[in-house]
Amino acid sequence: MRSEARTDLPASRRRYREMLRIRRLEEAIARRYTEWEMRCPVHLCIGQEAIAVGVCEALRRDDQVFSGHRAHGHYLAKGGAMTPMLAEMYGRATGCCGGIGGSMHLIDRAAGFMGAVPIVAATIPIAVGAAWAAALKGDERVVAVFFGDGAFEEGVVHESIAFAVLHRLPVLFVCENNHYACQTPLGTRRGSAMHAVAAAQGCQVVTGDGNDVDFVAAAAARAAASARVGEGPWFLEFETYRWLEHCGPNDDDGLGYRPAGELAAWQARCPLAAQARALRAAGVAEDWFAAVEAELTAEIEAAFAAARAAPLPDYARMEGLVHG
Amino acid sequence: MAERLITQAEAIREATEQCMAEDPSILLIGEGVPDPKGIFGTTGGLLQRFGPRRVFDMPIAENGLTGICIGAALGGMRPLMVHQRMDFALLCVDQLVNNAAKWRFMFAGAAEVPLVVRMIVGRGWGQGPQHGQSLQSLFAHFPGLTVAMPASARDAKGMLVAALRQRDPVILVEHRWLHGLVDDVPAEAYALPLAGAVVRRPGRHLTLAAASYMVVEALLAAEALAEWGIEVEVIDLRMARPLDAETVVASVRRTGALAVADTAWLHCGLAGELVARVCEAAWDALRHAPLRFGLPDFPSPTAPSLCREYYPDAESMALAICRHLRVEGVDLAALSQGLRRAEPRDVPQKDFTGPF
Repeated sequence: MRSEARTDLPASRRRYREMLRIRRLEEAIARRYTEWEMRCPVHLCIGQEAIAVGVCEALRRDDQVFSGHRAHGHYLAKGGAMTPMLAEMYGRATGCCGGIGGSMHLIDRAAGFMGAVPIVAATIPIAVGAAWAAALKGDERVVAVFFGDGAFEEGVVHESIAFAVLHRLPVLFVCENNHYACQTPLGTRRGSAMHAVAAAQGCQVVTGDGNDVDFVAAAAARAAASARVGEGPWFLEFETYRWLEHCGPNDDDGLGYRPAGELAAWQARCPLAAQARALRAAGVAEDWFAAVEAELTAEIEAAFAAARAAPLPDYARMEGLVHG
Repeated sequence: MAERLITQAEAIREATEQCMAEDPSILLIGEGVPDPKGIFGTTGGLLQRFGPRRVFDMPIAENGLTGICIGAALGGMRPLMVHQRMDFALLCVDQLVNNAAKWRFMFAGAAEVPLVVRMIVGRGWGQGPQHGQSLQSLFAHFPGLTVAMPASARDAKGMLVAALRQRDPVILVEHRWLHGLVDDVPAEAYALPLAGAVVRRPGRHLTLAAASYMVVEALLAAEALAEWGIEVEVIDLRMARPLDAETVVASVRRTGALAVADTAWLHCGLAGELVARVCEAAWDALRHAPLRFGLPDFPSPTAPSLCREYYPDAESMALAICRHLRVEGVDLAALSQGLRRAEPRDVPQKDFTGPF
């Protein structure tokens, strides 16, 4: 699949840039988090960037995405605006939820990012409902919902898949299998392969390396095209790995819940490093990498500055927001 | 005898360990129970002592696992489930309400469900709309569920021990801001009744009945008001169901005034229920309209600036009590200043840094 970098260089460069944008922003959040000014839980996606980028590339602007607690990458990859996301984490009036949500509640409807909430699996049936509405109205819209391996344990996921299969709804169920729910390994939580269950339920299924952005992009493109023409839902299970702690800015390898060497092995499979190698092999010059870094640094610094300079929200507005 | 000061989190852990040692049918199950963080320290070391057959993490399948625990209880086990956030327990409401609460009744006593569920209320550091709900009124609505709300570490241990020894489902509502509070806790396993409110501070001008973390704020308010000659009787409600209105009624007969402080919204809530019961029983004794303290009628926001006014505290309650009783001669500005919560206000103690 990496050979694609030679055949579609612009796409591979774009994917690398998008992944790097997420990586650098997450790193900046982690760095600044210990200033204790972002006073909300944060779930960083460092190590998992390729899935967000590969899947969202297959989606149109008016396609829709839902997500959960670890949503920063999905939000950015779908085109969500960076400054309102950061302002949200700083609890500002200009945040994407006006400061009400924090990192765990993101939305940018203009970009088709329909909402992320931190109750595990909560948005999976909601995504199916959004796809149902699109189908009922005759919109050629695909809805993707991102979730982790933990979410697949919720009963509501299987109820949702059954409905989506029955009605051949244009849904991409995107499972980011990072092998842990908080600190609990997958093997102590379930005894069957998720993709096999989804296949038995009637989904079309793809599984593979979630750290290979070209593979993810190709798989998602095929699934989205199929779902869009009424061939029913797809279940995409991508293997990946979370580098930092479940919640917060730190490395938590010292806690001892991960086998020794596992993190290092996955870091050796860094989705960005692999893509950079492929690009260099295809002849992309160092100047280009340096220019991308510089652009992203400028964008991220400007977004932080704007977010931090923004006003605090107005408490008097709260009650009026409960009902329409 | 020397005081034995431990945190509420440790008291809960100790109660669990002692009960599991004495009763091999107890199973401890919940998301994160055996992991290194051990549910804010309340389950640490229990996997190592009792092994993976009795202490285990569960799939993120709350309703199914609750039903499985009900079945295990019917089969002679005694499951103790833990939810790191009370919000997550909403996913198991069907099994708790339709089955656990009713199993004994609907089969005319032919079976019983000795199930204990710990639910932890989150607050602060941007817990937000879905990680900081206090849902005791919801669960207390249903006959068949016993709903305990310990404030002190001593109560938390004794009530959990009692829950693990009784024959019907019990919900233990914990509050994250109480886990770090230290109290004198006996070393041995002891059971305290899962019923009855307790007067924590005597007073003659107003009865302030409080639940869970609000007991802490109520005691602070009472202490400050005492300096201005206003003697508030603070009652720790301890239980949302059964609700001990009698203790509150007896107090109101002495004080002639009632205020109730809850950690939740007021609509259809515990505070309103208590006010109704006191009014029914002691209408003649009330010299003032009852007063309720709870959350404003909207979900909890995330930004610290939005949470400053959201949670009632000792300061806002003391001021409201002065105004309500129309007492004269109190320097409200000084009272307010003395009770002002230290910054930052979105954490239980100063040295706390997130995330939860």
